[in-house]
Formats: sequence, structure tokens, C-alpha cells
Amino acid sequence: MNVVPAGIESHECDVLVIGAGGAGLRSAIAASALGARTTLVCKSLLGKAHTVMAEGGVAAALANVDVDDSWQVHLSDTLFGGKYLNNWRMAELHAKEAPERVTELERWGGVFDRTPDRRMSQRAFGGHTHKRLVHIGDRTGRELLRTLQDRAVHQGVDVFMEYTVTRLLTDGDRVCGALAYKRLTGEFVVFAGRAVVLATGGAGRCYRVNSNSWESTGDGHALAYEVGAELVDMEFVQFHPTGMVAPPGVIGLLVTEAVRGEGGVLRNSGGERFMERYDPKRLELSTRDVVARAIYTEVAEGRGTLRGGVLLDVSHLPSATVTKKLPGMYDQFLELAGVDITREPMEVGPTCHYFMGGVRVEAETAASTVPGLFACGECSGGMNGANRLGGNSLSDLLVFGKRAGEGAAEFAGSPVTPRVDGAQVREGLDEMAAFQSGDRPEDPYEVEADLQRTMQDLVGIFREGDGLSRALTELERLRARTAKVGAPGARAFNPAWNLCRDLRNLLTCAEAVTRSALMRTESRGAHSRLDHPEYDDYWSKHNIVVRKEPDGMRVDVRPAVRVPELAALVEARMAAEQS
Amino acid sequence: MTARRLEIWRGDASGGDFVEYEIAAEEGMVVLDAVREVQRTQANDLAVRWNCKAAKCGCCSAEVNGRPRLMCKSRLDDFPATETIRVEPMRAFPLVRDLVTDVSWNYEVEKRIPPFAAREGADWLIGQADVDRMSEFRKCIECFLCQDVCHVLREHDLKLPYFGPRFMVRVAALEMHPLDGVDRTDLLHGEGGIALCNITKCCSDVCPEGIRITDNAIIPLKERIVDRRYDPLVGLVRRLARAMRRGHS
Repeated sequence: MNVVPAGIESHECDVLVIGAGGAGLRSAIAASALGARTTLVCKSLLGKAHTVMAEGGVAAALANVDVDDSWQVHLSDTLFGGKYLNNWRMAELHAKEAPERVTELERWGGVFDRTPDRRMSQRAFGGHTHKRLVHIGDRTGRELLRTLQDRAVHQGVDVFMEYTVTRLLTDGDRVCGALAYKRLTGEFVVFAGRAVVLATGGAGRCYRVNSNSWESTGDGHALAYEVGAELVDMEFVQFHPTGMVAPPGVIGLLVTEAVRGEGGVLRNSGGERFMERYDPKRLELSTRDVVARAIYTEVAEGRGTLRGGVLLDVSHLPSATVTKKLPGMYDQFLELAGVDITREPMEVGPTCHYFMGGVRVEAETAASTVPGLFACGECSGGMNGANRLGGNSLSDLLVFGKRAGEGAAEFAGSPVTPRVDGAQVREGLDEMAAFQSGDRPEDPYEVEADLQRTMQDLVGIFREGDGLSRALTELERLRARTAKVGAPGARAFNPAWNLCRDLRNLLTCAEAVTRSALMRTESRGAHSRLDHPEYDDYWSKHNIVVRKEPDGMRVDVRPAVRVPELAALVEARMAAEQS
Repeated sequence: MTARRLEIWRGDASGGDFVEYEIAAEEGMVVLDAVREVQRTQANDLAVRWNCKAAKCGCCSAEVNGRPRLMCKSRLDDFPATETIRVEPMRAFPLVRDLVTDVSWNYEVEKRIPPFAAREGADWLIGQADVDRMSEFRKCIECFLCQDVCHVLREHDLKLPYFGPRFMVRVAALEMHPLDGVDRTDLLHGEGGIALCNITKCCSDVCPEGIRITDNAIIPLKERIVDRRYDPLVGLVRRLARAMRRGHS
């Protein structure tokens, strides 16, 4: 019997999915297809999750355009992009299953751009050897999300929109549900679930310049951490090379990599095509870590524009190509910046975009180290290693969304019924009530801004030991201030009250990133240490994990997950890159 | 930086009023930035929905100076510098608080529309021309501004039997899929209430994606219904078929 305090609404299900982006929806579809009673809880309205903003495409080795493509090449590209630190088994499953997952979307009514012979077309993207990204204009994420949304709703998944989960509930060592508040009213609800899937996305709101919405506060990372799960690869934060830098109101807004995929050229203020110096082979279509560092370096060394960016130009392409292949970008620049990209270059600079790190999961089932708890999409770690290739997140969330849903459904089928503990629920209620009682002098918006400044300045694209140590001290101070944030007034749709709680998740993620970054004394992928600029042999074989201990955050090292059968493929790639 | 004045509607279902705020406007600022600046510095609990800030998610729908718009797409410098900008919630939907309305009705309508189902023997070869035609409808961001401005919905508190322009667009996207095997004309004619649309085109005027809702979705769907239900030749064939079936049984 569940013990839920009087007056608290409660719902029961087999599989509880938290988050309704692509990963959450795909796992809900998978769980419900196996007959599990599936409930989906999300912070925003359905269809508004971050996946809706994905632009460029979904990577899958269908070989519709480049017949030489195969899952082996996709895998090799993914591992090279991730600097071989990926969980090889996850990368293998991903490359093998992505084509089937994308084809399935089409069968469910998703519509993508075509080849002349009327099959799904594929475009070039950074780090992909072949034209591999299935796309529709520059709104691929929207198409993917709508298709999944439709499928989930009509398959009978119960959807609770605009609910925020504040804690996972446990019975012994296993997870048995979650406590949430309904944003429209501020009332609390208990969701009892025999298994829980986290699909909450990233924590880009840790940084001042980011391409993320208010939702990306690392909820899943922090919820998992609080119940004892391990987070892996947290030092690897992807800065997308091209965000808008002007006008001020739109700083950080994403400029899709498809701009470069379609032939866009990067130049510094002197008109030089500077990527020739950083990656002469791949130029603008090098991996994101390389391009972001190159742009940062050009600006830092005085070759940027007055507003601190570089120029990205598609004006040499026929204007009809630009408006057809990049209609969203055309509108975005015309309306928000007054720039006609068919005639003038765009001004761009790096923006925090994606967390490679996340809940450490087992490749086959997406199970975390806590029984009953699964994770997929951006809030899970391992698949992308030290750097993610563009287009691999949409395929990742399809492949591992399905696996997580199936893993959770299977777990939920075990005969033991867990029990919700009323004391845990009451603790959760007290936590949220505290933000509205007693002396609460701190303003959550100010603390958030200070946190973002700290991370941007000290734990950004380039890092060094002293700065990281200073960041830790600063985070301690911010934690003390977060203990005193308050938000008076009604609870119904009160964003300040909501942010008080979100701040804790952001702080957990920020600390995990900083501690992991301090430990990794080398430069690899998205993690660049000025005081350790080289690759290190030891670190090439080890991942960093963090987990919660009674006295605070513990940072540990785990041998990287390798697959012996793939060693030949990796060695061949390494040799090819060195020649 | 220039000072800009805004009047933002504050209140809930029990009542409320416009409250005036002044903010320092930066270059390129949009109404959503201004509202969030007010929230950050002067009214912490101001309720507003937003996500992408790039006109892709359709969350920040509101009425700005009386016109349904996305706040993230409305630049402050589109309005005369001396003018106070008035921001209020969408009026067709029940109010939750401040700028947030209860749009759940739309999600209930969505459930009543049969999803895509491929017709038998589909070869999965689709031409780009078909994709381009469907794209106009599939690019809808579900901001519900068209629903907000639609007379049939707005003036009758969502009580008339009409799905509204958003879902005419939705049905058009499904019906125009070359491999779709479901017929939704009876649904449109019946509970979908397409006949209630009197083609004033207000929905097309406010669509931030520039979808020509009336011309390209609603009118062709109305024509399709007429073709299927009222074409005298088709009617004759249908009657004959019925008569033959009766003859056989």
C-alpha cells in the first residue's frame, strides 16, 4: 500500500516517464507498446520540449545519398568525434539501429525532404564522413517531435503537462515514483511508478550564453544524483560553434550547423577563411569542439568582429537554395537581427548547447546504477563521449528512448510492488514550502545570474586548474545563498517559486562539471585545459563519474567501456587520422 | 538604452488589471525580453510561458496592442518609441494567471483526429513536391494564435462544434499525405464543424509561420467535402452501389 499524505492527489502506473522531448516520448511509446500502463510528465506544454528546436537533422546511415555509408562508418565517425571516450557499446547500438528508428518515424507519418528518386534525402554535417542527416528544411526536430507526440497520444499514453518533478521516491534501494507540483496551480501530486525513465534533457542554463530554454536545468541529472545514481562524463559540455551574438536580446540563440552543411563559410574580421588553419581537411565541417575553439581563439586574439563574433556567410549560394534549405534561419536573422542572409554574412559565436555527460547507464537497457531508474537522451551519458556530432542527438534519443522504454517496461513487470513512503513525500512538500517561509533574503533570479556568470567565466570553453578551484569556492558561496532564496506570493504559475527549486539542480550539475573538469588533467574533445593542453594516455582510457556520498560529491574514475570486436575499426580510424 | 513603458495584464480568473512598468530597452529587444526583464527586476511572480525565444515552440503567444502575436517575434522598435506597449493574455482561452491561459482544450481536440495510417501497399516513395505541399501545414508551431483570433471559437467560448483553424491545418497535413489511408471528411463535416468557418481569413493574418490557413487548408478541405458528399455523379454511383449490395444480399 502506498502511503500518500491526505489531500495529495496520486496516480499509479507501471512506467513513469519524466520529460516529453524526443527521448521521453519515444520511451513512452516503447513502454506502452509492450502493454505497460505509461504516464508521461513534463514541465512545459506537450510539443514544446527542446527537441522542437533541433534544426539540422537526424543522423542515420541509410546510404540513400552516399551509397558508401554504413553503420560501421557512422560508428567510426561517432567514436572519432567523441575522442574514443564514448561507451563503445552504446555508440555501436546507436549506429546500427538509427536507420531503423528513422524509417519507423516515416512509417508513423513523419515527412522528410526527398532525393530525386523519392527516398529520404540526407545532408552533410560536421564530423560525418558521408551525407547522413535525414532532415526537413531546418525544422527537423519539430517534425520528429510532432510525429512522436501524435503517436504517443493516440497510443494511450497518459500525459500530464506542466508538472515539475521535485524528487524521486524510493522503496529500499529501488525507485518507486516521483513527487511533482502542478505548475498551473502549485498543488502537489504523487506519481507512483514501478519503473521510472528520466528524459529531462540538459543543463545549459548553467551558462550565461546558451541556446537552451528555461527548462534545461539538469533536473534528471540532479534527481538521479540525489537517489544515488552515478553521473558520467560531466566535464564534457558542448559549446555549439554558432550562436547569434547580436543584437543583445538574442545572444546565444542557435544558428544551425546545417548552414555550414549547405556550404556556409566562416571568416574572421580580416576576411580570412580561418578554418584552413585549424582543420584544413574538414574546414567548416570539422567537429563542433574544434570549430567552437577556433572561433573563440580568433575572437580572443583580436580577429573577431566588433561585437565579439566571426562571420558566417551563405550569400554566395543561390538565394533560392538559402530560403528553401534554411528557411528558419532566413526568417530568424531577418526578423530578429535585420540581416538578409542571402546578401550579408551572419555574426556568430559559441553558445552552450548540450551536455555530453549524464546518468551512467547500461547500453542495452538504459538502466542506471539505481534499480528501477532508467535514463535516455541528453540526461544520460556515455553515448557521445568527449564531444557529440551534430545530428547524433536526435538519433540517440530515438535509439535509446526505445531501449529505455522497453527496459523500464520489463523491469515494471517484476512481481514485487514497491511502496510509496509518506515521510519522503512530506519531506518534499516541506522543501517547497520553505521557499515561502521565514527569512528568505536572496532573489532566485540574481543567484541564477551569478551562477551563470561563474560557469561562463571559469568553466567555459577553455579551463585551467586555478580557475576551476576558484569556481568551486564560488559554487559553495552560491549554495549558501541558494539555501536562502525565497519567492513570496501565490504558487499558481509562479516562476520565481519554481526557480528556487530549479537552482538546486543547476548547482548540482555545475558542481559535477567543475569537479570532473578539475580532475581531468588533459585536453580532449569539448574539455580544454590551458594548463594541460595535450592528450593523456591514462585519461584516454578512463571516464570520470560523480555520485552523492553523505559528506558531499564524490568524484571517481572508471575504466572506459570498450568492445574488443570494435578495436580493429577504431585502430584503422586512428591510423587514417594520423596519416 | 532607452526607457520603454509596458502595460502588462496582471490577475487571475477572479479579476485583475493592467499594471504599468518601465524598463531599459536594449537594441533588438523583443516584447518577451521586456516581459522577462520586468519579471527579473520588478515582478518576480509574473506568469508567462516561453521556451525557445526563436519562434519555433509557440509558447509565448499573447495579445500585443490588441493583436495576437508571439512575444519573441515582436520587436520593441516595431512600435513608436513613445508608445506604451500593452501586453495581455490570449482572450479566447480561460485565464490561469497574468499572461498564461489554459490551452488544454486544443490538446483534447487533437485526440479526436485519427492519426496518420498508411494505406495498404504503400511503397514509401514520396516526391519532393508532395513534401513541399505538406510542409506548409506541418511547420505549424501550435502557438494557437489562429484559435485565439477565430470568431467561431473566441466569441462563443470554445463551445461551438468547430475544431478551429489549427486543426484544419492538422487535418490538411494528414489528408494531403500521399500515402495516408484514412478518410477524415465525415469527421470534418460532422464534429469538426468546418462549415462554421466563414472564411474571414483572420487566422491566416496572425499566423507567425505564414501558413495560408484559409486559402490552402480550409478551402481545399471544404471542396473535398463537397466533392465527396455532394457531387451528383459520385452520389449516383454511391446509390447504385448500395442498391446492388442490397440486390445481392
